[in-house]
Amino acid sequence: MPDQHESASILNGLRLCLPVAISVAAYGLVWGVLAGQAGMTVAEVAAMSALVFAGASQFVALELWAPIPPVWSLIAAALAVNLRFVLMTATLRPLFGHLPKRAALWRMHLIADETWAIGMAEVAKGRDGAAAMIAGGLLLYVTWVTSTVTGRVLGTGLEDPTRWGLDFAFIAVFLALLVSLWRGIGDLLPWLVAGGVAVAASLVVPGKWYIILGGLAGSLLGAWQSTRKQAP
Amino acid sequence: MTPEAALAIAGMALVTYGVRAGGFLLSAYIPQSGFAAAWLRHLPGAMLAAIVAPGVLTGGPVEAAAAVLTVVTAILTRNLFAAMAVGTIAVWLGRSVLPLI
Repeated sequence: MPDQHESASILNGLRLCLPVAISVAAYGLVWGVLAGQAGMTVAEVAAMSALVFAGASQFVALELWAPIPPVWSLIAAALAVNLRFVLMTATLRPLFGHLPKRAALWRMHLIADETWAIGMAEVAKGRDGAAAMIAGGLLLYVTWVTSTVTGRVLGTGLEDPTRWGLDFAFIAVFLALLVSLWRGIGDLLPWLVAGGVAVAASLVVPGKWYIILGGLAGSLLGAWQSTRKQAP
Repeated sequence: MTPEAALAIAGMALVTYGVRAGGFLLSAYIPQSGFAAAWLRHLPGAMLAAIVAPGVLTGGPVEAAAAVLTVVTAILTRNLFAAMAVGTIAVWLGRSVLPLI
């Protein structure tokens, strides 16, 4: 049974991730509707959402889906879109390194952009980021699977979420998390470079590569800055 | 479910879990001090900046104004939900009201 401190951290994580879960539910419904139009069955929708659990790559998969799906193209596209997770979970050793390997490894399936960012922001405040990340991850997982299946079953008749500004909800969450990660003026240049490279890359490279390219450029510059300062 | 659909979903699941678990497993071999450690410390902020920048800067005046409101709300309140609500409502108002004026 979890102790009081741990259950408080779990509740805190659920509370932090609730607004994100609302946006995820809206997108899950839309993805489910589109999956139906692309010809996916209810079982395929449920299997993909539960086993892949990565929204961006699932949207890309719909572009490729066909009565006889192109297996290798779908796998290659999922790899390209989700490669950014390598950089995210590479930062998680301080949070999950103390767990038995198997316990740490199943938790990796629950890592999503939003919950990862919320957890890292909790760590920056000196709180239990691991509990927030996993509690929020479970909430988003259940939300994603149920909302995509619901969208597939209900079919059409759902409105475009961009009309309600829900596409901006994700950007707003990430912006607010960025504010909470601010540690001082030393962050400014790496973040500007990360953003600049990302914008440039998003105009010329397809998919989600801009996140990897911008993130690498900014973080390498930041690492160079801070190690240069320490050197005599 | 056709065999191709089952294979495609299984393959997508495998590579996606592979990158999620792979980053964590690889991090055991990354030194805990020096340049590599500093790089991992800078990664979250840089990744977030890279995620938001295209949406904010190539979106248009409504998105840019909403982004400023979101950041100001986040700085003042330190509250994720408040910042998200202000940003989303600003975009909704901008998109639905501005075209009517």
